[in-house]
Amino acid sequence: MGKETPMADELEKGPWPSFVKQIKRAAKKHPSANDLLNVVELSYRDKVTHWKHGGIVGVTGYGGGVIGRYSDVPEKFPNIAAFHTFRVNHPSGWFYTTKKLRQICDVWEKYGSGLTNFHGSTGDIILLGSPTENLQPCFDALSEIGFDLGGSGSVLRTPTGCVGPARCEWSCIDTLNVIYDLTMEFQDELHRPRWPYKFKIKASGCPNDCVAAIARADFTIIGTWRDSLRIDQDAVREYVEGGLDIQRLVVGKCPTWALEWDEKARELKLKPQDCVRCMHCINKMPKAVRPGLDCGATILIGGKAPILKGANLSWVLIPFMKLEPPYTEVKDLLLKIWDWWDEHGRTRERVAELIQRLGLKTFLRAVGIKPVPQMVYQPRANPYVFF
Amino acid sequence: MAKTDIGPPDFREMLPEVIKKNYGKWKYHEILKPGVLKHVSETGDELYTVRAGSPRLVSVDYVRDICDIADKYCDGHLRFTSRYNIEFMTPDENKVDPLIEEVGKLGLPVGGTGKCITNVVHTQGWIHCHSAATDASAVVKAIMDELYDHFTSMKLPAQLRISLACCINMCGAVHCSDLAVVGVHTKPPTVDHEHLHALCEIPTTIASCPTGAIRRHSDKEVKSVQVREDLCMYCGNCFTVCPAMPLADPDGDGVAIYAGGKVSNARKPPMFSRLIVPYLPNNPPRWPELVSTLKKIVGVYAEHAQEDERMGEWIQRVGWETFFRLTDIEFTEQHIDDFTHAVETYRTTTQFRW
Repeated sequence: MGKETPMADELEKGPWPSFVKQIKRAAKKHPSANDLLNVVELSYRDKVTHWKHGGIVGVTGYGGGVIGRYSDVPEKFPNIAAFHTFRVNHPSGWFYTTKKLRQICDVWEKYGSGLTNFHGSTGDIILLGSPTENLQPCFDALSEIGFDLGGSGSVLRTPTGCVGPARCEWSCIDTLNVIYDLTMEFQDELHRPRWPYKFKIKASGCPNDCVAAIARADFTIIGTWRDSLRIDQDAVREYVEGGLDIQRLVVGKCPTWALEWDEKARELKLKPQDCVRCMHCINKMPKAVRPGLDCGATILIGGKAPILKGANLSWVLIPFMKLEPPYTEVKDLLLKIWDWWDEHGRTRERVAELIQRLGLKTFLRAVGIKPVPQMVYQPRANPYVFF
Repeated sequence: MAKTDIGPPDFREMLPEVIKKNYGKWKYHEILKPGVLKHVSETGDELYTVRAGSPRLVSVDYVRDICDIADKYCDGHLRFTSRYNIEFMTPDENKVDPLIEEVGKLGLPVGGTGKCITNVVHTQGWIHCHSAATDASAVVKAIMDELYDHFTSMKLPAQLRISLACCINMCGAVHCSDLAVVGVHTKPPTVDHEHLHALCEIPTTIASCPTGAIRRHSDKEVKSVQVREDLCMYCGNCFTVCPAMPLADPDGDGVAIYAGGKVSNARKPPMFSRLIVPYLPNNPPRWPELVSTLKKIVGVYAEHAQEDERMGEWIQRVGWETFFRLTDIEFTEQHIDDFTHAVETYRTTTQFRW
């Protein structure tokens, strides 16, 4: 291995699986992984990063998908002087056959550091560390095995969805299919930057929101239903007989007092008009309570992290939309949003920040959506009204 | 040259047979024990899932190891969760225990379900990022070594999601987590006047600043910018668009802790995490100050929150004043918001606790 790495070595200890062991494992075959171990050790000593800012690299035909990365100490670590990253678009729901995974491993062993993330925080497979001359051949090899790059820069970032109907009884929409469909439809938007900044789409099958779509996506799709919860009273009684304190833990936690436990009749009663579909009673009693059958999605807009003008949770845009292939309504809406944002957005202005700057009213007019009370917690209190 | 725009593989080709057959037909699920799920379909079919914790940064040989397990027990299929956990799925209940044993041989913990602390969503840190104010993988390793038992058990009042972003760009979008660790700079950027004009577009650089702290250099002969340090809150936006304004500093950089966020709509609506500790030093390789503070907060939460109450719901109920008192964390002027939506956080009632 060469140099001493006492601080990194310390991180091999302890019960949680160690990333340092992973780096060392890759270092047996890849000199670049060995250099990575040593540069990380140097960062632990210096308490600063040793990666330089940016650098534009890529593959032919695309404006994104590869992140340029150069070391600021190339003389010490020549094998990672250039150490670029591929973002590789994952299959919906992060399901894999081992055959496909092994193919990626083989490609990455040949062209890169042998180190990877399953997955990056947006959802891509991250192939970590390739020299510049390997970028095109590596992309070609990935394409050969049926993989394509994900988004980076001012593009549509790789859309992501939860496990959905593949393995969840609560999914009100086919998250896997809508994500795959939108990803395929908007390949051009995903690979070729043309917008003011990034744009993210995420879909969760129910309001539990396992992919954090409301916090992390500009365009948020969350499954919901318009009819009533389905309650299996026998199964409810089983929970109660099994010791569940239904009054305190289910009825008492309902945010809108929509539930009532009739002790005499041993029945859970629901006022459907009062239910806001928060999922709590379903989460507590999965065998007894299920989402309704008239399913679709709530569409929300504007979720993002703090950069630039502060973090946002997505705002309700369309309270209910049926979400079925070929998803024309969603696609038309996306195109309208992108047109408006592209026309009026400043450089590095996310769609939510543009809406804040020009007003939700202006945005709604531009995309042709009528205001409804579901969009706000409450109407304005001030008298400064435009007509 | 290879074909472009082919998109990802079709997920349908990746699904195990039992899932193809029961797609959209699942009826209910149970958590049999920490890390083991049982899903039951309307068709009567059953699916068992063994969830294992994994580091985010892995070698291809490790991926081959988990493929070997999936080949042996799961007909050559597996999946990952949104929090980097690996899920091995089988319709055969008898394979669950052998699966757990094999996963254990790889040194991976089984857990991450229900009322636990599951895997930490995080960013690249010093492994790969130019703007990192702290490391990511090492900090996460240090945190999870200490909180390991919460991954393999389900004894908390509710699930507790920890996330880490190595700078306030937050590519991990950690701003709605029960506990969020965020790398912070605390010193303004130094401006490289000699190279700035060659590396950066000056109007873009000026426009990048959320507080308007960046101005054109007062000497017109100098093609550069100046920073009004009293307006700078070290966000690093300028550095993102202009490499000639680095702000990493070994002594100034560190981590902040935010608490009480969530994304789920269950009970209370989604909420942001709020600042609880403005700054702790970077102390590699194990960040002891940070880890002990997090451990303490988890302990206080576990002791005081009601069943099914997420961190933020508990804090809303008992009040932030109670949270700071119970955790013995000092409330400082940094805790009071002075950015765009600041006034919404100022209290407008005489209702509070002592």
